Amino acid sequence: MRRFSWFNATSLTLGFAFLYLPMIILVIYSFNRSQLVTVWAGFSTRWYGELLTNQEFLDAAWVTLKVAVFSSTLATVLGTMAAYAIVRMGRFPGRTLFSGMIYAPLVMPEVITGLSLLLLFIGIGLDRGVLTIVLAHTTFSMCYVSVVVSSRLANFDRALEEAALDLGCSPFDAFRLVTLPIIAPAVISGWLLAFTLSLDDLVIASFTTGPSATTLPIKIFSSIRLGVSPEINALSTVLIGIVTVGVITASLISKRAAVQAERETRAGERTTG
Amino acid sequence: MAQPSPKPKPSPETAVFEPWNDPEAKPLIEFRNVTKRFGEFTAIDDLSLRIYEREFFALLGPSGCGKTTMMRMLAGFEAPTEGHILLGGQAIDTVPPNKRAVNMMFQSYALFPHLTVFDNIAFGLRRESRDDEKIEARVEEMLRLTRLSKFASRKPHQISGGQRQRVALARSLAKAPKLLLLDEPLGALDKKLREETQFELMDIQEKTGTTFVIVTHDQEEAMTVASRVAVMDEGRIVQVATPEVIYEAPNSVYVADFIGDVNLIRGTAKARGEGTAPAANEAPQEEAPGTTAPPASAPAPATGRHDPQPNAMGRWLHDRLLSPVIGPRRDQPKALPAPEAAAELPPPAPAPESATDIPEGGIEIHWSEGAAPIVASSGDPALDGQQVVLSLRPEKVSIAKEKPQAHNALPGRVIDIAYLGNISTYHVELPDGTMIKAQMANTRRIARRDITWEDEVWVSFTATAGVVLTE
Ligand SMILES: Nc1ncnc2c1ncn2[C@@H]1O[C@H](COP(=O)(O)OP(=O)(O)O)[C@@H](O)[C@H]1O
Ligand SMILES: [Mg+2]
Repeated sequence: MRRFSWFNATSLTLGFAFLYLPMIILVIYSFNRSQLVTVWAGFSTRWYGELLTNQEFLDAAWVTLKVAVFSSTLATVLGTMAAYAIVRMGRFPGRTLFSGMIYAPLVMPEVITGLSLLLLFIGIGLDRGVLTIVLAHTTFSMCYVSVVVSSRLANFDRALEEAALDLGCSPFDAFRLVTLPIIAPAVISGWLLAFTLSLDDLVIASFTTGPSATTLPIKIFSSIRLGVSPEINALSTVLIGIVTVGVITASLISKRAAVQAERETRAGERTTG
Repeated sequence: MAQPSPKPKPSPETAVFEPWNDPEAKPLIEFRNVTKRFGEFTAIDDLSLRIYEREFFALLGPSGCGKTTMMRMLAGFEAPTEGHILLGGQAIDTVPPNKRAVNMMFQSYALFPHLTVFDNIAFGLRRESRDDEKIEARVEEMLRLTRLSKFASRKPHQISGGQRQRVALARSLAKAPKLLLLDEPLGALDKKLREETQFELMDIQEKTGTTFVIVTHDQEEAMTVASRVAVMDEGRIVQVATPEVIYEAPNSVYVADFIGDVNLIRGTAKARGEGTAPAANEAPQEEAPGTTAPPASAPAPATGRHDPQPNAMGRWLHDRLLSPVIGPRRDQPKALPAPEAAAELPPPAPAPESATDIPEGGIEIHWSEGAAPIVASSGDPALDGQQVVLSLRPEKVSIAKEKPQAHNALPGRVIDIAYLGNISTYHVELPDGTMIKAQMANTRRIARRDITWEDEVWVSFTATAGVVLTE
């Protein structure tokens, strides 16, 4: 066993404080009774109530939800297909380049992604609004999905698909009835990841949105220019809650799936006994 | 005297299931000059082969010789680079795997982990029928056949390895394919389970009348289950024949060496004149002049010689563990039993053929400078002057302390004795360093009990015991 050490304990505390203190403060102040953000005047859930009556915030929330659901679903379909193609196609000329290109948007500065998408939409004359944000979010979140899914596919036993073909499945049925159910946890956690990414994106959404579609992050960002209000704190807390739940669920699913996959790999393979 | 050619095979159950000898028979599968290349590498090299309906056909060969590749071409996962594969007379080169009346039991089983045993078995049936009742009946039948009924609702990770293997078998059998491919199906099972399953497979094959092609690298398994065996080497088939023929009459040193234990004696062939018997055997009881350089100490009774003694570890092992089983340790080897005692024992081997019985014809093999040539009446006199290899199964070689009256008798020294339960294998070194293995059933072992390490002995075999091969 490792011994308790004051040094380690201090490092840990400092590190976590650095990470989470700002958010904790935000969450605490969202329960502040006072109108003034920095003066504590007792506990209250009043600002959450006010949030529900603020039509602008509700509209923004609705837009955000639509964008997140559509873009993450689209990204999951495209990302899974891309991952499948890259893992399954085997060696073909330019394979490394292709798989590298799929992951490039992960490290591309958001400002550049946003700007290039904006230029594209203007170029093809697409009116900016919910549709353009959905497309933009799909573009960048699909590579996250394909990372998650392809790492699962990489250790998926190809013989399972061959067995399905051997038993009379068409290639599409083999994917639908065998591959997909087995990689489903990875696909679901990819979807959750894409969903939370879309939920909290500000930069790309600001580039690609139009006057008709304001997402929550854009709304929050524009309102704090008029000063931080307790209502914004409450709203942010809700967002933090949703994202946290999303991320934890995604990681729980992939962790459980990993355990399951290992057990099944051991079972699928022959063992003595 | 029997002809040296392979004996007609007595098959007890189906007296004449030998479609491969029938020129009229239509093969179920035919490989016609099939070549398969992976890039530059040739995995299957211009291979032709016919497999008939209801056969249990085994592909046998070392790892990497192309067995799995053959199976994958039959199942449709690989296409031949050249040549054609015919199933029931029709070329199937372009038929995708899901349209072939062929099912495969995968080397890795490849059970669907998200489906129950029942659904795994039903998977193939559901692809072609919507009739749930019929499917259920068929699955139940398969479950009974493979004795899995109790596990129908379990997932693959909830059953044992042997059960998984049976699920894989049931799943591939469920669609009643014309042809079932089994890729090393039993490789990972332990010996007992493997043997049980081999008999189960043979039973199922007989009951269902399906044609089985089994891949294995275990020659014993191939010999046990198969109606015919193809021995492969580097993408080519070296010999296709029944297990008996493969064992008794291998067509090459490769096959002889691959199948079971064998003694290979290399030498130069010399055609035998009519009725000549080698000088060495004319006077069996004496040292024939000019033959074997007599070994330093001629075979003599064991008395007074140094017998190997167990070391401390051996003694400890014996006293602690083995004495209850095989009795107390003797510091001195037992003397030969008195002749009276021997008389009560099961009759000894048929009296050795006397030298004059040697069948005529064949060849002599001059295998060692100064040693008597070996007589092999099965050898083709046309081999005269060529380098040949005599392949001799250990169980056809006898061992004795006194020079026996036999067609071929060679002096040597016991180097090692392997006791294998019902049989013992003696490793005998001949004067020129050649090692000969002689195998004897232990039922008569009392008579030979005195043969022990370092003893001077004679190994002997008949003129028809070996198979003459060229390299
Ligand atoms: N897809 C492939 N690509 C390249 N080489 C292969 C492929 N499949 C098999 N081989 C090669 O072909 C040879 C025969 O393989 P295989 O049929 O699997 O042998 P076996 O089943 O007899 O052990 C091996 O040397 C193997 O490396
Ligand atoms: Mg193999």
